[in-house]
Amino acid sequence: MAKVTQLIHNYLRHTKKFPHVFCPGCGHGIVLGSLIRSVHAQGLSKDEIVLVAGIGCSGRIPVYVDFNTVHTTHGRALTFATGIKMANPELKVIVVMGDGDAMSIGGNHLIHAARRNIGLTTLVLNNHIYGMTGGQSSSTTPFGCYSTTTPFGQMEKEFDISEITKACGANFVARATVMQANLMDRLISTALTNPGFNMVEVITPCHTQFGRKNKYKTTVDMYKWLKKNAVPIEKYRDLSPEKQRDAVSTGVFTHNDCAGLEQKYIQMRQRIRGEI
Amino acid sequence: MATKNKKKKEKEIFALGNEAVVEGALLAGCNFYAGYPITPSTEIAEEMARRLPLLEEGVFIQMEDEIASLGSVIGASLAGRKAMTATSGPGFSLMQEHIGYACITETPLVLVNVMRAGPSTGMPTSPAQGDVQQARWGTHGDHPIIVLSAGDVQECLEMTVTAFNFSEKYRTPVILLLDEVTAHTREKITIPDPSDLYIYSRLLPSMPPEWYLPFEDNMRGVSAMPPLGSGYRYHVTGLTHDDHGYPTSKPREVESFINRIFRKIDQFFYDIQIVEEIYCQDATSCIIAYGSVGRSAELAVQMARDQGEKAGLLKLKTLFPFPRPAVEKMLRQCASVLVPEMNMGQISREVKRVNSGQSKVNTLNRIDGQIITPAEILKKLLKG
Repeated sequence: MAKVTQLIHNYLRHTKKFPHVFCPGCGHGIVLGSLIRSVHAQGLSKDEIVLVAGIGCSGRIPVYVDFNTVHTTHGRALTFATGIKMANPELKVIVVMGDGDAMSIGGNHLIHAARRNIGLTTLVLNNHIYGMTGGQSSSTTPFGCYSTTTPFGQMEKEFDISEITKACGANFVARATVMQANLMDRLISTALTNPGFNMVEVITPCHTQFGRKNKYKTTVDMYKWLKKNAVPIEKYRDLSPEKQRDAVSTGVFTHNDCAGLEQKYIQMRQRIRGEI
Repeated sequence: MATKNKKKKEKEIFALGNEAVVEGALLAGCNFYAGYPITPSTEIAEEMARRLPLLEEGVFIQMEDEIASLGSVIGASLAGRKAMTATSGPGFSLMQEHIGYACITETPLVLVNVMRAGPSTGMPTSPAQGDVQQARWGTHGDHPIIVLSAGDVQECLEMTVTAFNFSEKYRTPVILLLDEVTAHTREKITIPDPSDLYIYSRLLPSMPPEWYLPFEDNMRGVSAMPPLGSGYRYHVTGLTHDDHGYPTSKPREVESFINRIFRKIDQFFYDIQIVEEIYCQDATSCIIAYGSVGRSAELAVQMARDQGEKAGLLKLKTLFPFPRPAVEKMLRQCASVLVPEMNMGQISREVKRVNSGQSKVNTLNRIDGQIITPAEILKKLLKG
């Protein structure tokens, strides 16, 4: 067995019956692999990690890994994570969401979690579509793209999850594609150790529901597209608006290290208890 | 110890119903509150915001909406806290999805709903009892739940303690229904000495982690619940799950799971059923009431007795599971039963359901945002 596979096996649940739910060519497994490598690299124990997820394909990730895992309701993963982190700040709370979860139904919670700067590590697996329900458009489906609910092309403008989260005051915001495994490992590692609210958006292909409707003949075509069009954020800013439209900016959008809400709350509690 | 003659530390305070809820919650060991302001429940959040940071581990957080409030309460409860939230009308509607999640994941929590006149925004500062059936059936799917009610300020304190005990004992969300009148009445109450109270906390596993099954069936139907991060790693999901917590759709596993979560409440029915019988012994006519209406009914019964009428009052403090045996007893005993309530007949419907022709069930409904007065109840009662 390859060394990497062996490492990942140490973190999988062996009582859970496989196979997993992901389609051939899905990018979610790559993100989970990267998460496990980052957790291992940071020397975190399985017991201290709570992996929280919402609903959708990304929501099925926690059941396979041997952490404390919570599979919540659609779009509300961050609210559960907020409760867990505030209740026990010692825990390392990781939230996995899809684009529908994070930015469509749960957009309110994402902007507020970022504003509060609560100590969470958030991974948003953005595949630009509702995969599990059969390929409906989401708030990140690019303008003009096809889905089962936009059979004549998406007429609405899409959200840029990373830019929004950055604007809301998150400590650390970064983006990578699944074709950039090393970059993804680095970004997730930072997101695991940095205080406050950390978000890594990963662009992951969904050929089954998005690719087939949008002129990508095979899964490989989607991966090739991602490889070709990923541009570091520094270079992306210099591109012309037309070229920006076809590019995916990757890298670190913002990086601060302010104390998280849970730390500030502990300090407040100590202060007022000292005064009385 | 009996030999130690410790002086009781009872305290008398002048408090709002909402403030009494906070006192009760703190006595029960609540140390986490997440909420969103809404009239007429807001004082609970305000009081919690002042009190909880004074506790060593206390956490108060104001969330962005009611959905998020109940979400983080569930999260905190999974992490081992005794957690609660409070809301009213529209907020209660928003919380329905997460009530179902707490039911299926068997997460203990207390939800206080101060009922105001509805539907929709309705009359925010007027009382009603329109959320009774919503509390029972609001979330989708067939589910067991415990719904309690309180009619005066002292009861607000006592029933909050009871709500926490039930939630921890049976691993279930418990809904405490107040109405605007109860929540905003200020009167003298006694805060009991903590050592006089029976406080229940959830069962923790005694076996090593590798033997632990988070949703295993046993005699009680309630398995031990370790906090997240304590070494017992397991999966929590809103999907129907097997005893490991892993999603399942096998008919045999699903059936035994759903049956168990019903059974764990049903088989302890006599522990959960709380009613108060006033002059019921020799009553020939009876009032069945709950919440602030119960208080008016108490005076109405007194007035009827003064006039020589053999009236009785059955005050319901547990609304669901519906206290059928206590109600049936009165239906057998009395020729007529009166159910006054501030809605179109949500509990009288339950009374009629268990009646099966034994007695005449009269109703008295008010939906104009006004309380039901003792005189009104008396008039209706004497009419038979």
